[in-house]
Amino acid sequence: MQAWSIRQVPHLRRGRRARGLAVNLRYGLMALFGLILSLWVPTSLAADPMSPDEALVVLTGKSFSEKEQAISVLASSGQPYVATLFTALDSGNLYYRKADQQLVVREESQFIGLQTGTAIEGKSRDFKRVGLNNALREQLAALASGLALSDPDADKRLDAVKSMLGKLSSQQLAPLQQRLSQEADPQVKQWLSGVIAFSQLDAPTREARLTAITELTPLRHPLVLERFKSLAQSDTDAQVRLQAGQALKSLQHSEQFYSGIETLYFGISLGSVLVLAGIGLAITFGVMGVINMAHGELMMLGAYTTFVLQQWLPGQPGLALLLSVPAAFLVSGAVGILIERSVIRFLYGRPLETLLATFGISLLLQQAVRSIFSPLNQTVVMPSWMSGTWVINDFLSLTLNRLVIIGFSLLVFAGLMWLLKRSRLGLEVRAVSQNRAMARNMGVRSARVNALTFGLGSGIAGIAGVALSQLTNVGPNLGQSYIIDAFMVVVFGGVGNLWGTLVAGLTLGVANKLLEPVAGAMLAKILILVAIILFIQKRPRGLFPQRGRAVEG
Amino acid sequence: MASSLLQDKRGMSLLALIWLGVLLASAANLLLPESSALYVGSNTITLLGKYLCYALLAVSLDLVWGYLGILSLGHAAFFALGGYVMGMYLMRQVGDRGVYGNAELPDFMVFLNWSELPWFWQGVGHFPVALLLILLVPGILAFVFGFLAFRSRVTGVYLSIMTQALTYALMLAFFRNEMGFGGNNGLTDFKDLLGVSLTAPGTRITLFVLSALALTLGYVACRLIVSSKLGRVAVAIRDAESRTRFIGYRVEWFKLALFVFSAMLAGIAGALYVPQVGIINPGEFSPLNSIELVIWVAVGGRATLYGAVLGALLVNYAKSVFTGVLPDEWLYALGALFVLVTLFLPRGVMGLLQRKEAEA
Repeated sequence: MQAWSIRQVPHLRRGRRARGLAVNLRYGLMALFGLILSLWVPTSLAADPMSPDEALVVLTGKSFSEKEQAISVLASSGQPYVATLFTALDSGNLYYRKADQQLVVREESQFIGLQTGTAIEGKSRDFKRVGLNNALREQLAALASGLALSDPDADKRLDAVKSMLGKLSSQQLAPLQQRLSQEADPQVKQWLSGVIAFSQLDAPTREARLTAITELTPLRHPLVLERFKSLAQSDTDAQVRLQAGQALKSLQHSEQFYSGIETLYFGISLGSVLVLAGIGLAITFGVMGVINMAHGELMMLGAYTTFVLQQWLPGQPGLALLLSVPAAFLVSGAVGILIERSVIRFLYGRPLETLLATFGISLLLQQAVRSIFSPLNQTVVMPSWMSGTWVINDFLSLTLNRLVIIGFSLLVFAGLMWLLKRSRLGLEVRAVSQNRAMARNMGVRSARVNALTFGLGSGIAGIAGVALSQLTNVGPNLGQSYIIDAFMVVVFGGVGNLWGTLVAGLTLGVANKLLEPVAGAMLAKILILVAIILFIQKRPRGLFPQRGRAVEG
Repeated sequence: MASSLLQDKRGMSLLALIWLGVLLASAANLLLPESSALYVGSNTITLLGKYLCYALLAVSLDLVWGYLGILSLGHAAFFALGGYVMGMYLMRQVGDRGVYGNAELPDFMVFLNWSELPWFWQGVGHFPVALLLILLVPGILAFVFGFLAFRSRVTGVYLSIMTQALTYALMLAFFRNEMGFGGNNGLTDFKDLLGVSLTAPGTRITLFVLSALALTLGYVACRLIVSSKLGRVAVAIRDAESRTRFIGYRVEWFKLALFVFSAMLAGIAGALYVPQVGIINPGEFSPLNSIELVIWVAVGGRATLYGAVLGALLVNYAKSVFTGVLPDEWLYALGALFVLVTLFLPRGVMGLLQRKEAEA
C-alpha cells in the first residue's frame, strides 16, 4: 500500500523538469542559442570591456566570478560557437589544451577545437577540464530557460517560466518584460507577469510591493505561499503585511481545498480498487451464497496473466495490458468454473464447508504460482499512457494510473449491472438466487447457471487482478492481502446488492484515506475494521439489506 | 457427572494413550543417557508439548464450532492473547539481564527510547496477576465481541468473517511498535519462569506434563459441559436457533457463556505454548493460523472433542514430517486436505471409524 501515500514533492518535480529541459536543449535547439542570446542580457555588454576572445581565455582560468562575467559576455556575443560551448560546459565536456589554452570539446575519446571544429591531436593528459561551480551551473540553466521562453510550444514556454519563479536575477528582468509584451498565450502571460511580480516583492516602494502581491495571488504555488508568509510577518510596512496576510489566507484556503480534493481522489481510487475486488465476490457470495475464499487467488491469476502477456509481447506493455483484460477474464473464469464443477457444486447449502474447501483451493493456487513462477514478486510494466500526472495547478496534480483505474472499475461495474439486469443470463441468475426450486420448474437449468455465475464472479476477479497489477506488487501473496478487505466491502454494503458494494467500496476507500493522515496507515486500517465490526452489530445485513423472501434462503 | 466421562470411552482411551506417551517420553528424556537409541531429545519434548497445546486449542474450538455452530475464524487470536500475557510475564522476569541491562524496561522499550513502563504492563510481572490475565484478557475480548455479535444475531458466515476481521485487525495492531508489545519481533529472549531457567531439562519436562494436564482438564471440562443440560441447549441452538429462542431460552447468553469459556481455554493453551517455544509474535494472529486450526478439528471430526485432539495431533505431526522432507509441498498437502476432508470426510477420521463400527 506504500504506493498510495507517496506524493511527489513539488520542488523535486520542478528540479527534474529543469534538468530534462537542459538535456533537450543540448540536441534540439543549439542553432537558436546564439540568436536568442543576443536578445538576452543586452544590458551587461555596454559596460563590459571584455571581448569574446578574452572571455574564452578567462574560462580556462581559476576565478569563478571572472568566469561568470565571461559567460555573460559570450552569451551576448553572437558568436556561432556559443551554443556548442555552453552545452559542452554544462555537461562537463569542455576542456582546454594546457599548452596554449585553446578550448576543445570532448566527444567520445576525441577532442575537437571549439572555434576550428576540427579534431585536435593529443593525449588526454594534455587537456584539462574547465571547472564549474553551482553558481555557474545556475547561470547556464537560467540562460537555457531564457532560450525556452521563445519556444513555439506554449507548454514548453510555460514550464520555462515556472522554473524561473523566485530565481530571477535583476539583469534578467528587462528581457522578461520585453518577452511579456510579445507573449500571446494567456496562461504563459499570467505566469510571466507573476514571475516578474515575485521579484518585485522586495521592491523599495510600498506600491510596487502591493501590486506584486495582487498579481501573485492567482498563482497557486507553494513558493508564493512561503514568500507571503514571510512578508506577512516581517515586512516593514503595515499595509503590505496586512495585504500579504490576506493573500496568504486565501492561498492557504485554496491549498487546503486542493489537498482535500487530493485526499478524496486517493480515497476514491483506493475505493474503486476495493469495488473491483468486491463485486466479483458480491456475485458469488451474494447471489449464490457461496463463500469463495479463493477469490483473492483468482485476482492473483489475473495479475499473473498480465505478467505473462507482457512477457509474450515485449516492448508493447500497453497492448499486452489491454489484451490481458479479456485474457484474465477467461483464465480466472475458466479456473472458477473448474472449481465450481469439481468442488463447490457438492457443497451447496453448506456455506461453512464451502469456506473451508475454497480456502484449501486458495492454498493450492498460491503454491502452484510459487512453483510455476517463483515465490518472488514479478515486475509488471506500466504503459506510458498510464504513467505521468495530470497537473491541474501547483497544489493539485492527479496521477493518471489511478484515474484510469477509477474509470475502469466504473466501466466494469456498469457492464456487470447491465449483464445482470438486461441479459438472459442475468435474469436466470437472479431467478435461481431468489428461488432455486421455482426457477428449475420454469425450465432454468440451475446447474449451468451456477457454473456460469461462479465463472462470471471469478472472471471479474481476474479483471480486478489486471488493475491491481498496475498498483501493487504481483506476487503469490497478492490475493491474501485483498481478500479480507473484499469481504468487508461486501458485508458492509449488504450481501446480494451490487449498488451496496459500490457505495461500500468507495466509502471505505475514502474513509481510509481521510483517517490515514490523522492516524497513520496501519491504525487507519485497524480503525476501519473495528468500525465495520461495530457497524455489522447494528445492521447485521449491511448498508442495503436484501428484503423479502430471499433473506430467509 | 462421572458417568458421562465413563461413557466417553474413545475420549478416555485417547487421553490414556496421550498420558502413556507423555510419561514414556519424559522418562526417556530424564532417565536414559543421550547415547541410548530410545533417548528422547529436549527438542522433541518441546515439539510434543507444542502439539498438546494445539490439541487444547482445537478442543476449545470444537466446543463452539461442533456444539454451538459458531465457526470462529479468529480463535487463534485468543490463543495469541494468552501467549502475549505469558510473554509479558516472562519479559518482566528477565529483569536487568537484557542486552541493555535495564532493570525496569524490556529491551525493545529501551530501544524505542521509552522512559517508563506503560500502564498495561504494570503488575504483569507478578505470577498470580499474570495467571488471572491469561484468563481475563481473552475472556473479556470474547465477551465484548460475543456480546455485540450474538445480541444483534450475527450468525453463520457473517460471524466467521467478522471473527476473521477481528484477528486480522489484532495482527495489524500488534505489528505496530507503538502498541508496546515488541512490534514485528514480538516478545522473545525469555530467561526463566518462577525463578527456574527455561532451558533446564526439568523445566521443559514440567511444562510438557503441565500441557498434558491442561489438555486433560480442558477436555474433561468440555466433556462435562457438552453432556450437561447446558450442552444439550447448545446443540439445540446449533441445529435450530430460532426454535430454541421461541421455546424460551435466551440464546445469546448461552452462546456468550460457551464462547467466553472457549476463549479462556484457548488463552491457557497459548500461555503454555509460549514458554515452550520461547517466542510470541504478531504472526500468531494471522488469519491463516485460525483457519488451519479449523482444519485440525475438521480432520478429526467435529462435535466429538476427542476428534479435535486427534486431528490436531495428526495434522501437526504430518506438518512436521512434511516440512522436514518436502518443505515446498506442505501447502499443497494442506490445501488438498481442506478440499478432500470437506468433500469426502464431512465427519472426519472419527466419522470414518464410527461408520466402520456401525457396519460391523
